[in-house]
Formats: sequence, C-alpha cells, structure tokens
Amino acid sequence: MKSSSLSSYPIDFLKKLLKDMLLIRRFEEKCGQMYGLQKIGGFCHLYIGQEAVAVGSIAALDLNRDYCLTAYRDHGHALACGLCPNGLMAELFGKATGCSRGKGGSMHMFDITKGMYGGNGIVGAQIPIATGMAMRFRYKKEKGVVLCFFGDGAIHQGVFHESLNLAKLWKLPIVYICENNQYGMGTDFHRVSAVEDLSIKGAAYNIPGKQVNGMDVLEVYEEVLSAVNQAKEEGIPTLIEAKTYRYKGHSMSDPGKYRSKEELESYKQQDPILILKNQMVDAKILTEEEYQSYDEECKNISNESVRFAEQSPEPSLSSLYEDVLA
Amino acid sequence: MAVMTMVQAINSALETKLKEDPDVLCYGEDVGVEGGVFRVTENLQKQFGEARVFDSPLAESGIVGTAVGMCIAGLRPVVEIQFCGFVYPAFNQILSHVARMHNRTRGRYRMSMVIRFPYGGGIKAPEHHSESMEALYAHIPGLKVVIPSNPYDAKGLLISAIESDDPVLYLEPKKIYRAIKQDVPDEKFTIPLGQAKVMQEGQDLTLVSYGAMIREAQKAVVMAKKEGYSIELIDLRTISPIDRETLAQSIRKTGRVLSVTEGPKSFGVGAEIISIANEEAFLNLEAPPTRLAGFDTVPPYPRGEGWYFYPPERIFYEIKKLMDF
Ligand SMILES: Cc1ncc(C[n+]2csc(CCOP(=O)(O)OP(=O)(O)O)c2C)c(N)n1
Ligand SMILES: [Mg+2]
Repeated sequence: MKSSSLSSYPIDFLKKLLKDMLLIRRFEEKCGQMYGLQKIGGFCHLYIGQEAVAVGSIAALDLNRDYCLTAYRDHGHALACGLCPNGLMAELFGKATGCSRGKGGSMHMFDITKGMYGGNGIVGAQIPIATGMAMRFRYKKEKGVVLCFFGDGAIHQGVFHESLNLAKLWKLPIVYICENNQYGMGTDFHRVSAVEDLSIKGAAYNIPGKQVNGMDVLEVYEEVLSAVNQAKEEGIPTLIEAKTYRYKGHSMSDPGKYRSKEELESYKQQDPILILKNQMVDAKILTEEEYQSYDEECKNISNESVRFAEQSPEPSLSSLYEDVLA
Repeated sequence: MAVMTMVQAINSALETKLKEDPDVLCYGEDVGVEGGVFRVTENLQKQFGEARVFDSPLAESGIVGTAVGMCIAGLRPVVEIQFCGFVYPAFNQILSHVARMHNRTRGRYRMSMVIRFPYGGGIKAPEHHSESMEALYAHIPGLKVVIPSNPYDAKGLLISAIESDDPVLYLEPKKIYRAIKQDVPDEKFTIPLGQAKVMQEGQDLTLVSYGAMIREAQKAVVMAKKEGYSIELIDLRTISPIDRETLAQSIRKTGRVLSVTEGPKSFGVGAEIISIANEEAFLNLEAPPTRLAGFDTVPPYPRGEGWYFYPPERIFYEIKKLMDF
C-alpha cells in the first residue's frame, strides 16, 4: 500500500513523526559515541535505519492503555513511547537514575507508565509474553491492543508459532510486527528462512499477514493502524512484516563483513527520515530551516542526556540484592 | 606446536575432529559463514564445506533437538549456543532427552554430542551474557560438564568431549578467550574427562577452582606464598562427574579446602566440594571447608560487575582466615 497523500494528515502529526525519528537517530548516534568512549558497557544495539518502524507503529497506539513490547534493540521503541532520553542514557551508563535503575542496561528499557513494557535480551522472549498481555484486554473486555516487535531472526523461535496459534484461538488483540532488517546478527535471513516472504507465516494459523515498506513511516502507520483497529474491534490478530535495514552493526562490536558497502549505501538512499522530510518539503509544509532547528533540538536533547547520565550517581552496593525476590 | 589463544585452541580441536571423523558436524547460530559470535568456528566452513559446518536458524530448541536425532542416527554433532543465558530455550531438550536418552533406551542410543557455549563474566553485560550456570547442568545425571582454564586444556578436553559417547556440555570462559596464549600442539592429543589437575602442589590448603577463576586463584596463591603459606591449587577441568579421588587425596593432606567459583553461591559447585571434604576427609580437617562464590543474585549490569566478580585479594583474605582458624 502506498501512503496516501500528506494532505490527509494534520501537519503537527507529521512534524511529530519526523521529530520522533530524528530524535532516535541523534540519540543513537550519541550512544555509539559513548560506547566508543567506554561510558556504556556490555552490549549496545543501535536502531539507526529502522526508525520508521517504531515511530510509525507506535503512533497508532493509545499509550495510556495499549502495550508495546520489543527485543533488545529497544532504544527506538522506548523513545517513540515517550520515555525520557535522560533516563535512557543513564540506564545505558548503568547509573542509579536509569529507567531500570542501572540494572537493566541497553537491552532492558521499561516504563510501564508510558506503555513500554520492555526490551528483552532473549531473542523471541517477548512474543508469548505479549500474547499473554493481550489476554488481559479480552478478559477484561477492554479496548486495548498489544504491539509485539521482533526480528527476522526471532521469527524462527518455536514460541513464535506457539503464540500465533494461541492468539488466533483466543481471539487476542495483538499485532505482531516482524522488523525484517535482513540480518540476524551476521546471518542473512535468506540463509535461515525456508520462505522469503515472512508475512505468510501467519497463514498456518489463519492470521492475516502483510508486508510493508518499513522505510516509509506513513505506510507503516497506516497498515499498523488498520491492524490495531481490527484487533481492538474484532479480536483479530495480524502479522506485519516491515522491510527495513539497520545501518550500523548488529551490536557495537560487529565489523559488518557480511554485507557490501553498496548494499548499505543503497538503503541509505531510502532513508526513512529523508523520505518524510522530502515529502514534507515538497508539500511546502516544512522548510529546510525548520528541519535544521529540529535537528539542533534533537542533538541538544541527546547531549543533555549524556550530561545527566554523567552526573548521576552510581547504584549502591546494596542494590545488588534489591529486587531478587519480591 | 603453535602459540594459541583459547579461541584458536578450540578451533584447532574442532578442525582436528572434522578432519579425522566424517560423522562430526558443527552448527549453530552464525557458526558457518560468520564463524561464530566469538569467531571460534572461523574458517571451518571454508575448509570443510557447508554440509559439515553450517548456520542454523535462531532456534536453540531446534538446534539441540535435532542434535539428539542426529546422535541416534549415528552422527556426532558439535553445536554452539551463543551464550550461557541462551541455552534455556533448549533446556527441555537437554534435560528430557540429551541427558536421559541413553538410560531410557537401556544403552541403545548414544548421545554423542557436544554442546559448546561461552559462560561467565568479564564483558560488563547483564544476566544472560555473564552468568555462570554450570551447577544447573552438573545437577542433572547423564551429562558431563567440562570447563577448560587455558588453551592447552581447551583443545585436549574438547577432543575428548567430541570422542565421548556421552553428551558433554563444554563451557568456555569467555573472559579468557583471548587473554592467555600458550604453546598448543597442532596435532591431535586428548586430556581425559573426569580428571582434575593439580596445577601446583602445596601442604597447607587446597584451593579448588576452574575456568576463568583459575587465573584469580593463581594470583591469590602468589600472595599467600609471600605470607609463607603453601597452597595446593587444583583445576577441576571436569565439573561433572567430579574427580572425588584427587580432591579427597589433596584435602586429606592439607586439611583445609577453599573453593573458588563464579556462579551464585547457594546450591553450587562449592557446596559439592565441601561435601566431598566432609565425606572423604573429615578426620583430617583443620578448618571448616569453605566456598567463595558469586552472590545469590542476577549478574548485574556494568557498574556492579566489579562487586559481583571478586578479586584475588578476597581469595587471599579467605585463605588467611582459614590458615588462622
Ligand atoms: C535465545 C537467544 N539466542 C541467541 C541470542 C543472541 N542473539 C542476539 S540478537 C541475535 C540476532 C537476532 O536477529 P533478529 O531477530 O533479526 O533481530 P535484529 O538484531 O536484527 O534486530 C542473536 C542470535 C539471544 N539474544 N537470545
Ligand atoms: Mg534482523
């Protein structure tokens, strides 16, 4: 489906999509820098290139009620849900002011007051969990929906199949979004998938599947919105495959030898931020100066998050034993 | 002979067995083209072809489950799981089938597989990327659990593991994957499973460890020597079945035992070592058998790693306490 003309959207909505994507981009670039400076330890998976998927999908949610779950590449989803960049950066730094109080790190961003029910380090973990959360809406007869994000690697875990069967059987309001960025770590998805079109994997459970261009934020938004409505109104789950691409390595320690420079460059030509920006400039609802000022703003927010994280206290030694048992 | 890191030594062991035995196969996530997350299987696909060294989909339960079938049908799979914390999707296979198939079929099926995975801290990552869960597996009858502490042992033990007709969980201390270089023969050699190694003889106290903690224990031994204590250092090498005999002999001689392990303290390998001291050397004991281990909590994110993974000073402090008892 091609995104309908810009004119059908309020200008503020379009600007928000653009700014949200830009903030993710700049925040992630900052993370990359901070990782290089060893301010961030362990693993750090950047979302650069995939911004349109989280932003377009999450724009279809009512974050006061709906739930969003994802994997470890979660900074983008967290920002799109409106988590405070300061708390995210502090979490990455392992500081006590982090959104998981410095104990979760890059892969475990949570804020249930913002509908963000977490990143997950275990590939595929969120799929049955999200499915269970959707049960609440059906059971309580509430009009809510769950968005469950996962990758082209995760789709091969057994729990994916178990969950889709349950979702259909129990008529759960859930939208499964497979972010196909073409690689699971260093492995090209073609090498490990029996089918090329991942959206057909719902068919065995009579779950409708759609492929969308994950570099086009409006196309993502429209498809997810219609799936969200179907889930809320009729209890019909959907599987969406968003075709996307990550510009950076799998994690910060990935030399990226498994793909060509040309491939990477060709995706950068379809950059999700540039697509929307150019559409808006062409439609004369955005000027270059405005865009630059948004960009400045996002850079400032990212810099401020680093300052906040730097100045935040370390977790205490006693916090080691906190929250092991309730 | 070549100077090798542990990563290279493990690669060399796999190469040796792939060359020698056409029934040996290696697979797992990113194992083929990429050569594994830690590059342990680097170049093996180039050398032995995609039929023998290959990428699997991201599906641990499937990886280990298919290995069970391959073993029954006469192959020798060596599978890689990327981190200790990612074994759990396959835990059902390991406990229900890998560990029991031999017994269930009264010896007719041999689970001739090796499940390799890196374990332990040192990379400042939380939980699943840093944990040390060998005690879980050692608790399951029907499995062998092996952990090398240096490149030489890594090669000899892995070759034995691949040749073993029992299923072997082979845990690799990622902290020292590249930290130690050692002369390792290019040719084939084996180190028997189930045998601990006395790394250094001593009279006053038996220090028992394995994997990455051996290095810390060695530093503590040096500190103790300066204080005039003679420490006997034992590298378990095989966690299960544990080498009771070597432990018993040493503890009877020294009368004191301290175990140094990384995983959570309660119900861990240290508890087993203390039990052996009680059962085999009770009348020789000069001080309470004691264990040092990680905290009973989830391995914390970066800032906490220094607290969770204790330094040689703490081992030395504990040695002193036992000597002064
Ligand atoms: C159960 C489990 N197995 C393996 C891993 C190691 N691992 C982390 S990410 C990843 C690749 C996942 O690829 P995909 O689902 O496509 O997500 P992407 O990284 O592309 O966002 C792997 C193998 C893990 N975290 N959990
Ligand atoms: Mg992927």
